[in-house]
Amino acid sequence: MSSIPLNHPHPAAAALRKATTEPLWVRVLLTSIALLFLSLFLLLPLVIVFSEAFARGTEVYLASITEPAALHAIKLTLIAAAIAVPCNVIFGLAASWAIAKFQFKGRQLLITLIDLPIAVSPVIVGLSLMLIFGARGYLGDWLMDHDVRIMFAVPGIVLATIFITFPFVARELIPLMQEQGREQEEAALTLGAKGWQTFFRVTLPSVKWALLYGIILANARAMGEFGAVSVVSGKIREQTNTMPLHIEILYNEYQFAAAFAVSSLLALLALVTLLLKSLLEYKAAKDLAGAQQAH
Amino acid sequence: MKKSYWLKPTVLPGFGLSLGFATFYLSLIVLLPLAALLGQTLTLSWSEFWKVIASDRAIASYQLTFGASFIAAAVNLVFGLIVAWVLVRYNFFGKKVIDALVDLPFALPTAVAGIALTAIYAPNGWIGQHLTALGIKAAYSPLGVTLALIFIGLPFVVRTVQPVLEDLEKEIEEAAASLGANRLQTFCRILFPALLPSLLTGFALAFARAVGEYGSVVFISGNMPMKTEITPLLIMTRLEQFDYAGAAALGTVMLFISFILLLLINLLQHWSNNRHGAKA
Repeated sequence: MSSIPLNHPHPAAAALRKATTEPLWVRVLLTSIALLFLSLFLLLPLVIVFSEAFARGTEVYLASITEPAALHAIKLTLIAAAIAVPCNVIFGLAASWAIAKFQFKGRQLLITLIDLPIAVSPVIVGLSLMLIFGARGYLGDWLMDHDVRIMFAVPGIVLATIFITFPFVARELIPLMQEQGREQEEAALTLGAKGWQTFFRVTLPSVKWALLYGIILANARAMGEFGAVSVVSGKIREQTNTMPLHIEILYNEYQFAAAFAVSSLLALLALVTLLLKSLLEYKAAKDLAGAQQAH
Repeated sequence: MKKSYWLKPTVLPGFGLSLGFATFYLSLIVLLPLAALLGQTLTLSWSEFWKVIASDRAIASYQLTFGASFIAAAVNLVFGLIVAWVLVRYNFFGKKVIDALVDLPFALPTAVAGIALTAIYAPNGWIGQHLTALGIKAAYSPLGVTLALIFIGLPFVVRTVQPVLEDLEKEIEEAAASLGANRLQTFCRILFPALLPSLLTGFALAFARAVGEYGSVVFISGNMPMKTEITPLLIMTRLEQFDYAGAAALGTVMLFISFILLLLINLLQHWSNNRHGAKA
């Protein structure tokens, strides 16, 4: 028994460390494979967007993103996101309040239905809207009689964008609110706070990072949505063209430099989104650590 | 109180308002359009429906869509595990940046990804020209479709495996090592079974996403009927020909499959959480 080196933990610890990690060549090999895979599939597409965008010089680049059709597409994209995201924020807050703070029958079904738009193909989203609001759709005649245009117009684009970005905010809020439980709200109510006061002063501040996180994800998806919007927009230049649709038209007209110039703006948006996302994750982790220390 | 039969009582207010609004909005934005899709499909007789969804062109499109999605998800399963492993277990320069970059396919618009990948793999592209020299056609072929779907599904396996790997206790591996297991045995017998539910969840998520993908694929596929035409594109074609019922029938088939995949993912996640929770 005396041969067990109880008094000398160092060699044993070193042996254990060696036993729970891989030899150097395996580590180098795995890291190289991972980096090569990511460079090929993530870095290279990014590099190509920017290099192709500037392939014909800065002047062509600037002209491509400031021509009227491009500016109109940028404006429409911003409008669609500016309507769709707030709508889904209100929904996300309502749904997560009901789902996370109450126990009721059908709760699990509601959660599954909220996830549904993530699994549905964007083309099917566009198609479904077309079947309701299109000229031959269920409401087609009524809309025609009342001179309301939804398909091949801005409202259709907004509806498609709302559908596509529907779950993003709710999905971030529900698990967090569930984890936080009800005690804080119950305490606030017992101390005499009104329902809305409790919501705005207690619940909202404690989920602010998750909410912002959901918003930037929804926003990125809203501005980049292609398939669903492509069905309902009709692609009328300077009327119903969003940025991704404008890119498609330029690309199909062989205006590659211009297509990549507009793409570079969306790629930039994606990079800013990733940066903000990392920042919010850092903030949320810091808040969580602070809260745990306070306990 | 009739209400308490399906609602557990609590002092918190606003249940009626929040649930009412959420269900109303959900019905209006999501359920109503999908109901319209089913409604339109029901205008077809059973034989008409079957003729649309079992036509040669439709079957060719299913084969490409599901085949390419499966291969892409499998590629992501292998490389996603390696990427997650490297990000959790090893330290190297620029790790934080790489970690953040993994989510790029979520943030980059699909149309942008589509034209970028096409530019890379086209016969005169950076990689495409070398592949062409080897006699491999990447863009405008099923391989191109698969490449686009690998890009689209890349974050899923990494992001489902990563947190599970982070929470695994080192002690179990130490125990295995001190009982005489070598590293490969420890991985195969201890780590891999613990990671399996999250790996499968990631695979299913990547697969489900790939099946519905449209934006990135239309640019790189070349869109030749029977050869490189994915099902969402076939739906689009039917719609452009004003064949609403035909488009709806194909849409219903895809919606049905999506729904089954969603249920499967929920089950997998449940399994994964149970495993994960039991360890904690």
